Amino acid sequence: MISIEKLSKEYGIGASRTVVLDNLDFQVATGEIFAVVGPSGAGKSTLAQCVNLLERPTSGSVIVNGENLSQLSEKQLRIARRRIGTIFQSDGLFSRRTAADNVALPLDYLGVTAAEKKKRVGELLDRVGLAEKAGHYPHQLSGGQRQRVGIARALALRPSILLSDEATSGLDPESTTAIVALLKELRDDLDLSILFITHEMDTVLQVADSVAKLDHGHIVESGSLVTLLRDANSALGQALRPRRGVEGAAAADSVWFVGYDAPDVRPDWVTALAAELSVPISVLGASIESVNGATVGHATIGIAGVDPQRVSAALGRLGLSARLDHMAPASATATVTATATATAAAAAAAAATATVTATVTTTLEHVA
Amino acid sequence: MIRLNLTVPLGDIPALLLPALGDTLIMVGVVMAIVVLAGVPLGCLVHNLAPGGLFEHRVPYSVLSWAVSIGRSLPFLILMASIVPFTRLLTGTNIGIAAAVVPMAIAGIAFFTRIVENSLRGVPPTLVRVARASGASRLQIIRTAQLGEAVPSIIGGLTINTIAMIEYSAIAGTIGAGGIGYVAVTYGYQRFDHGVMIATILVLVALVASVQLIGDRLVRLTTHA
Repeated sequence: MISIEKLSKEYGIGASRTVVLDNLDFQVATGEIFAVVGPSGAGKSTLAQCVNLLERPTSGSVIVNGENLSQLSEKQLRIARRRIGTIFQSDGLFSRRTAADNVALPLDYLGVTAAEKKKRVGELLDRVGLAEKAGHYPHQLSGGQRQRVGIARALALRPSILLSDEATSGLDPESTTAIVALLKELRDDLDLSILFITHEMDTVLQVADSVAKLDHGHIVESGSLVTLLRDANSALGQALRPRRGVEGAAAADSVWFVGYDAPDVRPDWVTALAAELSVPISVLGASIESVNGATVGHATIGIAGVDPQRVSAALGRLGLSARLDHMAPASATATVTATATATAAAAAAAAATATVTATVTTTLEHVA
Repeated sequence: MIRLNLTVPLGDIPALLLPALGDTLIMVGVVMAIVVLAGVPLGCLVHNLAPGGLFEHRVPYSVLSWAVSIGRSLPFLILMASIVPFTRLLTGTNIGIAAAVVPMAIAGIAFFTRIVENSLRGVPPTLVRVARASGASRLQIIRTAQLGEAVPSIIGGLTINTIAMIEYSAIAGTIGAGGIGYVAVTYGYQRFDHGVMIATILVLVALVASVQLIGDRLVRLTTHA
C-alpha cells in the first residue's frame, strides 16, 4: 500500500519558480494497479522520481505501508528505496552486464553472498520466463525481453511497491501485451501495489484497476477504470475508449452517446429500445468489451423524431447512461443534459452543434 | 642519387636502439601507471562535481577544471621547462628518466582526466538513476553505473593517451631523458645519421601501431553492443 499525500514539487525560486506537481493525493492499495496517465509535460516523470525517492518533494508525503518516507535522511533514504522496485522506460539495463548480472545489481549493492545471489537471480529470471537467457547481454535480447530483465531487477529486493515509469512505451503491441500480462500475474502472486505511469491509453485499458489523469501537475479526474468507462460524461472515460470515426447520421437524426452504466445491460438493448420508442435505431459506432471482468461498452446511435427526454428515460431503464451528442436543427427543441462535445461526425451535423448547445443551455436555464 | 650518411654501422643499430626502446617503454609504462591511478579518480571527481553530478559543487569544480585546463593548454616542451625546479625538488635531477617522468605525468594526468570525464559523460544518465533506485551508494554508482559502463570508452582514451606519452617521451629525449627520442636527437639530428634516423622512425611507427592494435582489440572485447 502506498499513499501519496498533498505531494507538491517545485523547481526554482522567485520569478523562475515552476510548480510541477501541485498537491497530489492518491493511494494505491495492496494488490491494485493504479495508472497515472497524462500528456508529456504533465509531470509524470517528476511524480515517478518523487515516488521512488530519487527526488525530494517540496512538500507532502510518500507513505509506504504506514511509514512516511519523505522525511528520511539521505542515508535512510537509500535503504528505503529498496522497498520500491522501479521499472524504467527503455529498460535501463547495463550494456556490459549479462541479463543475470543486471538482475543481480540491487543484490550486489546490498552485499548479499554469492550463493544467495545466484539462487535469487535464478528464481527471478525463471519468474519472468528468461531462465535460458541468463548469460545473454542486453543487445542480444529483444525489447520485450530486456524489459522482462528490468522487471526481474525491480523485484530483486522483494519490494511491496512496483513503480512502472513508461515501462511499455516504445515496445511493440505484442510485447506490451505480454509485459502487461506479466505485471498482472506478479501483482496477483506477490500482492504488489503497482503504480503504472504511462501516456498510452490503450495500455491503461489492459492493465489498470484505477486511473488518474495528471494534467499540468494536477489530478484532474480519477476513479476505478470500469466506473470511468461506464460514465458517459467522464472526459477521462471517453479518452480511454478506443476512439474511432462515427458514421454520419441522417440530417434529421439526433445522435446519442450511450455508455453501459449497469453491470447487466441486456445484449439486445438496441432492439428493445427500438420497440419501446417505435422508431428505427441507427447504430453509428459501438464497442463492447470485458475490462477487469466487467462488461464495458459504449455506442453512438442515431434516433429520428423522438423527444430527447423520452429517449433518455428509455435508455436509463435499459441500464445505459446517455448523452445527447448533437441534434440536427429540425428537432433541436427539447431540454436534455447535453455536454455538446462534438465527436467525429458528418460535417453538416458538426456545423449544427454550436446552435444546439446554445439552445439547450438556454432552455436548461429556464428550467432551473 | 641521395648519399646516405651512416656514422653508425647498420649492424650496430640494434644494439643502440634496443636499450633505448627499453628505456622508452619503462618511461611510458611508469608514466601511464601514474596517469591511470590519478586520472581515473580525478576524472570521476570532475564529472561528479559538475552541475548534475553526484556531489555537485561549483567552487571545487571550477578550481579543478581550471587546473586541468592549464595542464592541457601548455605545449609539452614549455611545461617541461617551466617545472624544472619542481622536478629537481622531487627527483634531485633534471636529466634522465626520473626527471622526464615528472612533467610527462603532469601532462598525462591532465589529458587523462579530461578523457575520463568525457567518457563518463557518454554513459546514459538513466543508468545512474537505475543504480540509485536500486539502493546504490555514491561509490557504488561511480563504480558500476559510471566507470563500469564507460570501460570501452576509457580504454579507447587510454590508447590515445599512451601514444601521446610515447610522443612526449621523444620530446623529453631532447633534454637528455634517454629512450628512443634521445637516440633520434643525438644520432639522427645532431650527427645526421640517416640509418639511425630511419631505424628510430620504424621502431616508433611499430610501437605506436601495436599500442593502437592492442587498444582497439581491448575496446572490442569490452564492448557488448
